[in-house]
Amino acid sequence: MANDRVTLAHGAGGKVSQELMEQVILPAYGNPVLNTLHDGALVKMSGEVAFTTDSYVVQPLFFAGGNIGKLAICGTVNDLAMTGAVPRYISVGMIIEEGFPIKDLQTIVTTMRKMADEAGVVIATGDTKVVEKGKADGIFINTAGIGDKIPGTDISPLNVKPGMKVILSGYIGDHAAAIMAGRHNINLPASVQTDCAPLNKMTKAMLEAAPDIAVLRDPTRGGVAAVLNEIAVASKCGILIDEDDIPIHPEVQGVCDMLGFDPLYLANEGKCVAFVPAESAEKVLKAMRTSPYGQEARIIGEVTAEAPGTVGLRTGIGGIRVVDMPLGNIVPRIC
Amino acid sequence: MKEKLTKAEEREFAQELVQKIGELAATTGRKLRFMEVCGTHTVAIFRAGLRQMLPETVELVSGPGCPVCVTPDDYMDKAIAYAQRDDVIIATFGDMLKVPGSKSSLNEAKTGGADIRIVYSPMDSIAIAKDNPDKKVIFLAVGFETTAPTAAATVLAAEQQGITNLFMLSAQKLVPPVMEVLLNDEEVHVDGFILPGHVSVVTGTGVYKPVIEKYHVPGVVTGFEPVQILRGLYRLVQQVVKGEAKVENEYTDVVKPEGNPVSMAITNKVYEPCDTGWRGMGVVPLSGLKMRDEYARFDIEEVLPVEVETITKKTACRCGEVLRGIVTPKECPLFGKACVPTHAIGPCMVSVEGVCAAWYKYGQGRFAYGK
Repeated sequence: MANDRVTLAHGAGGKVSQELMEQVILPAYGNPVLNTLHDGALVKMSGEVAFTTDSYVVQPLFFAGGNIGKLAICGTVNDLAMTGAVPRYISVGMIIEEGFPIKDLQTIVTTMRKMADEAGVVIATGDTKVVEKGKADGIFINTAGIGDKIPGTDISPLNVKPGMKVILSGYIGDHAAAIMAGRHNINLPASVQTDCAPLNKMTKAMLEAAPDIAVLRDPTRGGVAAVLNEIAVASKCGILIDEDDIPIHPEVQGVCDMLGFDPLYLANEGKCVAFVPAESAEKVLKAMRTSPYGQEARIIGEVTAEAPGTVGLRTGIGGIRVVDMPLGNIVPRIC
Repeated sequence: MKEKLTKAEEREFAQELVQKIGELAATTGRKLRFMEVCGTHTVAIFRAGLRQMLPETVELVSGPGCPVCVTPDDYMDKAIAYAQRDDVIIATFGDMLKVPGSKSSLNEAKTGGADIRIVYSPMDSIAIAKDNPDKKVIFLAVGFETTAPTAAATVLAAEQQGITNLFMLSAQKLVPPVMEVLLNDEEVHVDGFILPGHVSVVTGTGVYKPVIEKYHVPGVVTGFEPVQILRGLYRLVQQVVKGEAKVENEYTDVVKPEGNPVSMAITNKVYEPCDTGWRGMGVVPLSGLKMRDEYARFDIEEVLPVEVETITKKTACRCGEVLRGIVTPKECPLFGKACVPTHAIGPCMVSVEGVCAAWYKYGQGRFAYGK
């Protein structure tokens, strides 16, 4: 393109906008639904529809293992997946700050297409706006998504009952650690990367193996601690987890120790917490391990009748303490 | 070198220690009370659920180990008064923002337009001073022996770089003098001290000896792993049973008897002991640090004295007593009701290392899990 930075003209809807569309957006996203370039997309759905939206404002925009585009696709795909749906179509709205490098935009949209392909979703419609320098932080992305609810499933905290097992799909805190390392210029081993990933194929396998799964949640902002507390309150049950069973990479624990964080509260972008009847737990674990994102899946605790509304943790040395609801954003602008 | 224990071995070892501590403590025929005087220990103890694991005969009580919590109202009032000046930028650790003074807090001053910057190290305030040559940058130097060397090093760096617009508002505190105050306090009953790990890394173990021997109360320096704390507790019980009172070191990997002479030398070059006020304990002789005459030009109270009228409000907040280990947070009428981490009234709830915050966060005081 003539200009290597996004200008206000790129968002003005005229010829220059069209250039951005033809040279950057369509080459990345292009598909039969989008290519019609109508005001909106017309799509066919099979029955009950899941619908979600989320906005992405992460800083830094590029971090170990990913970028804001990867988050924007995976985040919405996962939100749909956690409702027990098969994600189908996604919309992408971008608010770009004047002066944003076209090259970075290309990297972001290319990543988005790649993640959409992996998840098996179609970018069906979109919008691009440009705002004056200083009015946005590089780029903000909003994605909305719709999906077909998998028939016969019923995801609701009200289905959580004492005796159910709590399953976690893998190592926690990686995403937040990667972001914090990027922000504070902390050198981490290359192994610490965002865990950002589309989980819809894994959750589909889980639900096919065990349609009686009570709850699926992705522990993003607020981490595993927030998810467990929300479910404990909503289900009026207690939850007791075992510290020794929660997988944390030593490097992530190291960053936490350095910055005074607890990994249980750190955001994840490619993890899933499931509440399943005890008799289905093994089936669910087996289904999870068929996915590259569920290789480390394990039972971390169970639902209890005692201490309703509360999350307890059996500590490494055998004590018990409470895992409280996080108070606020410990690391802002994480996704 | 001992090999690292597996998690299962660690749990077994911890349970063995708990049992030994209980059996030995029972031979004294009374309940033993040990105090930790370090906020990091407080948090480590709660995080591990240690208190609930201990036998009936041993009780842990938290002391004045959180630097933010022990900072008195008048210091906060001064900081706020400086913050409200147009020619001042305050640089501070984030915890200080919410600590109440007698009338308001730094947070309120910030909302009102005061320029207050959160830093992660005192050294960060040097960059702020360089970027704002027309402003006086004041770092709120709060902390124990652990942080004093960094504050002192910052002063030395500012001197070396010819920076003339960086100042300290000092409330540095020393641990041994306040231990003496606690031991002289008739309301405080302590059978021994879990001595702070980080402070001891800097000071070494010798600094506690005079007070430990004078009051014949055992002390053990420990690390922050639950098993290290339990080993320290076992040693404390052993000393009590034998009628001994000495300083022992359970953290030998990290804490040397002589401490860190380089750090101590930096502190001593810039600072000298002075009397200072502690929340809930009043002025404690020689328990603080002030800048020596040669560095008085970095002391904002010398350069630009400020008068504040501190009339401590009478509230139901019992932080002063909580800090001395006389009452537990549960006995404060505000705890968990009017005073919670999101709406903290007392400083012990404000700081993450505060006793009330730890009680609240890790659940004790609200309920015991499963009971």
